[in-house]
Amino acid sequence: MAPSMISSLFGRSPVKPLQNHMHAAHQCVMQLIPFFDAVLAKDWDKVSRLQKEISDLENQADKLKRELRLQLPNSLLMPVSRRDLLEVLAMQDKVANKAKDIAGLITGRKMRFPAAIAGTLKQYIQRSVDASKQACDTIDEFDELVETGFSGKELKIVETMINTLDEIEGDTDNIQIQIRAEIYKLEKELPPIDVIFIYKIIDWIGELADRAQRVGSRLELMLAR
Amino acid sequence: MDFGSTYIVLACVFGLFMAWGVGANDVANAMGTSVGSGAVTIKQAVIIAAIFEFAGAFLAGGQVTATIRQGMIDAQLAAGNPELLIWGMLASLLAAAIWLFIASRLGWPVSTTHSIVGAIVGFAIVGLGVEAVQWGKVGSIAMSWVVSPLMAGSIAFALFISVQRLILAADNPLQNAKRYVPVYMFIVGFIIALVTLFKGLQHVGINLTSTQNYGLAAIVGLAVMLVGIVLIKRLKFDPKADREFHFANVEKVFGILMIATACAMAFAHGSNDVANAIGPLAAVVGIVESGGHVTQKSALPVWVLILGGAGIVIGLLTYGQRVIATIGTGITQLTPSRGFAATLAAASTVVLASGTGLPISTTHTLVGAILGVGLARGIAALNLKVIRAIFMSWIITLPAGAILSIVFFLLLKAWFEPA
Repeated sequence: MAPSMISSLFGRSPVKPLQNHMHAAHQCVMQLIPFFDAVLAKDWDKVSRLQKEISDLENQADKLKRELRLQLPNSLLMPVSRRDLLEVLAMQDKVANKAKDIAGLITGRKMRFPAAIAGTLKQYIQRSVDASKQACDTIDEFDELVETGFSGKELKIVETMINTLDEIEGDTDNIQIQIRAEIYKLEKELPPIDVIFIYKIIDWIGELADRAQRVGSRLELMLAR
Repeated sequence: MDFGSTYIVLACVFGLFMAWGVGANDVANAMGTSVGSGAVTIKQAVIIAAIFEFAGAFLAGGQVTATIRQGMIDAQLAAGNPELLIWGMLASLLAAAIWLFIASRLGWPVSTTHSIVGAIVGFAIVGLGVEAVQWGKVGSIAMSWVVSPLMAGSIAFALFISVQRLILAADNPLQNAKRYVPVYMFIVGFIIALVTLFKGLQHVGINLTSTQNYGLAAIVGLAVMLVGIVLIKRLKFDPKADREFHFANVEKVFGILMIATACAMAFAHGSNDVANAIGPLAAVVGIVESGGHVTQKSALPVWVLILGGAGIVIGLLTYGQRVIATIGTGITQLTPSRGFAATLAAASTVVLASGTGLPISTTHTLVGAILGVGLARGIAALNLKVIRAIFMSWIITLPAGAILSIVFFLLLKAWFEPA
């Protein structure tokens, strides 16, 4: 049967695959909460199990990323530029990567965190995961954006969501300053090498939120056209 | 005239074959968008297509038929030997029908219109001489193949922008959809009725004044609108459906509109494409019935239009259904709001061309319209490779139709010509 010109006119929509990828990335990030609970409880069996889970989820996201890249030939006419789309995808992927790095380093070194900072640390990781959640929700609005041709009320909704995402990331910055101050007070009593890596993890959790925020700002670039 | 009834029987058989091909392949493209947008089921699409294709062919198919029948070649040159014209028209029908059959088997997206135009020009050059071709008219037909997708694209762009502004981007899209969709329905009914009234009905024997035409078109528009309002009232909205995709309920309202535009599209397609099958048939019938007077302008016999319409419906029922299903499932990206803008733009362009007597490709026009919606940032991904396929189909189909038609012409000539 002849392939109809009309049906071959429609390329595969990148919208749903992009959303699926962000969901996969966020799934991976979400595991950091039970993961840190296990770390603080020093339940190392559970820690390594969760680390493996995070790593698997990251691999899944990677697979989705590659699939989406392959279905975006140059000949597609899309409402957003191909480059912007690929940049959002790359940034989403970096969110998942960071989560995997964090879990990997902590598991590898069987890192212990001083009980005094546990509360702030939990709060910090929660807020970072919140940023990823907000990025995920924002990407979920992508199909509505296409439907409205990136205009009107929907555009405002997404802009508000991106602002919220920025605020959440701002929160993580503040918590980061606080948690650094707390560790600074304790650092003389702790093994120096451990301290170096605690600082590193603190940095990375901040970076996770930062990358989630950048998913939002890449999306914002698509809106301004 | 010798073999008079043989010619008519042959012309009917070839014409029916061609009409069957139009129904089997082309209709599917015209209706696929409506099925793809989920506004109508395949069964409904087949029913709509059967009724409105036939109505379009019968009510508004006369002008294009006239062009195919006698607009492209100077029949004067065949005055001494009317059989040349008959053989030529038979050859053109057979060539176009066979070419379409081969091409669709091989999976090439070719246009019915291009096949028949190429075929007629081809036999005219060989049978009657290069000067027999009305190059001015053929040129304007070729121009219309460029203009029609552009025009449909621009209309679709404007329509979709208006849908975005008035409905999708509004604070309360559902309320606005209920308010404005009936207005769009009025436009659908009004435009299709107006062009048909102005250009189509003469050959059925109805002549009205301009004011009567406008009045009648407005009445048709209002009738469509009223039906729309009633159907929208009867819709049940599910607030839960909006949680996953915010415009689920709005699209339901557009689904009603899409039914109207699907009818319009089927009508438009019938009005333009039936001529590809029955134009040559009408030419043969005209010459035989007038006893060999090629220049005498006889009215288009109504039974010829009916035959063409019936052929399209048979093609649709025997083969077209399956093609509609394939296309429909492949284009889920085309939501009713987008599908409506594209289909209405294409339908208006095609009906306008039908009124002007220009044979255009419905499929190419629809492709132009869908690209128009895409340019309004309304579709997630469109494959621009199709544009290349369109150019290829022009480059291949015109000479292929011409060469096949020349071969058949020479064969028929050898067969029928008294030794």
